[in-house]
Amino acid sequence: MTMGIRITAALGEEIRRHGASGYPHEVCGALLGRESAGGGNGTLREVLAVLPLENRREESRHNRFSLAPDDVRQAERAARERSLEVVGWYHTHPDHPARPSEFDREHAWPWYSYVILSVTSRVPGEMTSWRLADDRSGYAAERIEEAVGGREN
Amino acid sequence: MSVRVMIPTPLRPYAGKRDHVDVAASTVGEALAFLLSEHAELRRHLYQDDGRLRSFVNVYVNDDDIRYLQKEATPVHDGDIVSIVPSIAGGTAVLASCLPGGNNVALRTRRKVCLAGEP
Repeated sequence: MTMGIRITAALGEEIRRHGASGYPHEVCGALLGRESAGGGNGTLREVLAVLPLENRREESRHNRFSLAPDDVRQAERAARERSLEVVGWYHTHPDHPARPSEFDREHAWPWYSYVILSVTSRVPGEMTSWRLADDRSGYAAERIEEAVGGREN
Repeated sequence: MSVRVMIPTPLRPYAGKRDHVDVAASTVGEALAFLLSEHAELRRHLYQDDGRLRSFVNVYVNDDDIRYLQKEATPVHDGDIVSIVPSIAGGTAVLASCLPGGNNVALRTRRKVCLAGEP
């Protein structure tokens, strides 16, 4: 079973801009979208809007991020207003590879897509996406399809 | 009395794909117990082994976090909305190099999740 996430180039660039502007701190945001009709088994999803959010960590912002519950509720409201769902979250790994850490795993939820962008010396690099296994034992990588297109608001 | 329990997207696969469940309850604890009686798979995502709510799970009654009310004993009234809100956090760790080989398989090590294969 192949999992994937489709994101327009414009939204991908928005994530990269956010990551670069926040460097050397981690930045984060919500991915709003829907399961693609052609995805079958809910394994392919489209990101149709991104919602940059504030990293609420007061310490260790270079290697940690967290959101307040109200941020999550805000993201869910924003999704509902667009008849979308929160399909996942993005965050950056400043000066680290775009690979999920054990800390990421401990805090992850199943089903969500977790997009990770590596940012090195303020330059965005590799972007990857991951989903947590149902038994929380680890992650599976999912492919990112980045296509030319605008954003949906 | 009827209250609506809102289920976030990551938990809907364990709740018959429903985004909410209407339950009869007088406290948050009763509402969640009713939810689990219908959807037992939710338990491991909401509760620790010792029966306490996981720390990464936030529960709201309307706009109020139950941690600042009476927790699971918080009373609910007809028409209230009980929302399950996931905590979202993450970050990098001190990483060693990943093990080579494999095919999109996550290999858990003591310090990190090590992944092989490209998305």
